Amino acid sequence: MSFLSLRRSETVIALVLIAAMVLIGLINPAFWSLSNLFSLARSNVIVGLMALGVLVVMISGGIDVSFPAFAVAAMYLTIQAMLAWDWHGVIGPFALASAIGLALGLVNAFFVSGLRMIPLIVTLGTAAAVRGALLGLVGTSQINIDRMPKELIAFGNTTLIDLAGPGGTHFGLSAMIVAYLLAAVLVHLFLTRTLLGRGVFALGSAAEAARRVGFNPTTIVFAVYGLAGALAGFAGLLHGSMIWLANPRDFVGVELDVIAAVVLGGASIFGGRGSVLGTMLGVFMLVMVSNSLILMHIATTWQRIVVGGIIITATTVTALRDRRQIAQ
Amino acid sequence: MLKPIRRALAIDANLLQLVLLVLLIFALMTALVPDKFLRPYNLISITYIAPELGLLAIAMMVAMLTGGIDLSVIGIANLGGILAGLFFHAYGGTRGSGLAAMGALPVGAGIAIAVATGLVAGAANGLLISRLRITPILATLGSGQVFTGIALVLTGGPAIVGFPDGWTMIGNGAIAGVAVPLLVLLALAGAVALLLGRTAFGISLVLIGTNPKAAVFAGLRTRRALLLTYVLTGGLASVAGILLSGRTNAAKSDYGISYLLQAVLIAVLGGTDPAGGRGSVAGVIVALLALMLLASGMQLMRFSNFLVDAVWGVFLLASIALNAWRTRPR
Repeated sequence: MSFLSLRRSETVIALVLIAAMVLIGLINPAFWSLSNLFSLARSNVIVGLMALGVLVVMISGGIDVSFPAFAVAAMYLTIQAMLAWDWHGVIGPFALASAIGLALGLVNAFFVSGLRMIPLIVTLGTAAAVRGALLGLVGTSQINIDRMPKELIAFGNTTLIDLAGPGGTHFGLSAMIVAYLLAAVLVHLFLTRTLLGRGVFALGSAAEAARRVGFNPTTIVFAVYGLAGALAGFAGLLHGSMIWLANPRDFVGVELDVIAAVVLGGASIFGGRGSVLGTMLGVFMLVMVSNSLILMHIATTWQRIVVGGIIITATTVTALRDRRQIAQ
Repeated sequence: MLKPIRRALAIDANLLQLVLLVLLIFALMTALVPDKFLRPYNLISITYIAPELGLLAIAMMVAMLTGGIDLSVIGIANLGGILAGLFFHAYGGTRGSGLAAMGALPVGAGIAIAVATGLVAGAANGLLISRLRITPILATLGSGQVFTGIALVLTGGPAIVGFPDGWTMIGNGAIAGVAVPLLVLLALAGAVALLLGRTAFGISLVLIGTNPKAAVFAGLRTRRALLLTYVLTGGLASVAGILLSGRTNAAKSDYGISYLLQAVLIAVLGGTDPAGGRGSVAGVIVALLALMLLASGMQLMRFSNFLVDAVWGVFLLASIALNAWRTRPR
């Protein structure tokens, strides 16, 4: 299969993406300015990290709508812990946030695998329970920049390239995209080069066949939801570090954008299909379109219509594609 | 021959369990907050707040019966209320007697606009699901965004405040001492129960949900049935939107977002199988009663609304666990 074949959904998305970039650039040349491109790259990080987790869940034949709740819980609890214990550092807190996400993800896996319940219902329930408990028991007040741990702010503020803009301002390429790219490579290697990763595809394509050739569905389901939870926890704390703010009401409705991006990237909600590259392209497409509405002189109130339209278009295309393949 | 009988008994066992749950919650709350919980005011206020949620939960149950789900009900409900509100403001002005004392005819036109919005939006969902064969989760997730988005573009963000008196009567009025929203809920619940239990359409929905392939081979017009299912859920959602905007005298693009989870919860707790084939209006109504009593009691005990949300989530997971335990392979 050639890399540039039109039968690869990644190639198609890449072509659509390029066409969209040219179009936006024609409407407003400011799109191609370095500061806009850098800010676009930065906006990819959080959505992208979450999308990698959703991708793995979706390939296994499941779905997850609880990750934004897990992300916000991991972020808020970790930062509260840092403030309460006067705890400093960067690696430790990120490990804690990922561990919180992992633990919550395993709860999802328990309900999905142990009790054989539809993932959408399970994750709706865990999302409500976690979000409600966080706001009801831990707190509703946001932690502003004056109380945010300095190390996290400094970390989130790291840049790869730093340029001087007009009027003495600075803009740079956030180093956080390295974290995103690293996670993407690791998830790609997990999915394509490990036995467990191949098991994720097997389970999503044909659960019974996967069981008969010796894959353990329980292990796979726990790995998949655990990974999605851990990625969400990590992304949550990273989000807090990048915006210098810990808001326990953050990430409301993000699940729609992330699921849209993953579906746009060619993953099938029925499982068994999807790739890291496609997902990254899907995330880029979605982030670019919603960020460029202002550049295209469209009111931001149109954003939800655009996102919804993207979901419907992408699912229609994949549904037609899947049907054609069945027909062949 | 035995199977349908056993099935009927199984549903009854589930219903019985739910009724016991209602009694248990009622007794518990009466014991915990005796002076406030039994006040007529508290119980009457439930008859005004619960119906809009009940309609959404019935809509969710109907979609789940076919093995689908409708995540766009909130968007449809809000869009219907907003379009009716815009019509009223265009017809009678944004405030004053022209708006408040509007006659029965324009109010009826507003109701028609809201319900038509629900039916058209539902038909759009139904076409996406039955013709283009998009999986219901994604189709309604996307269309829900579009409906909410249209509502947002039309209003620009802020709520539309001020509805005619005739409209707010639907949300706040009482006929012979019974809340109008409750009457609306009971009428529609009865109609849906008859539709599901006594018509060929209703039986075919259960068959499609139980085994879609067998339904096709049995010669059922599954596409048409699916289309009508989502037209029905859209219509129910729009009536919920009328009750919501009538009760609050306002309509906004992001009202009632937490209703989505609650509607799913009530449907599942009411014995609906999200994989399709099983569900009843009676179960949904009893589950609605259980959760409204629980929420009301918790609010009287000064639990924050967030904790009430958390308890609803835990309830959903617990009811899943209970169902799994009850239907475990023996």
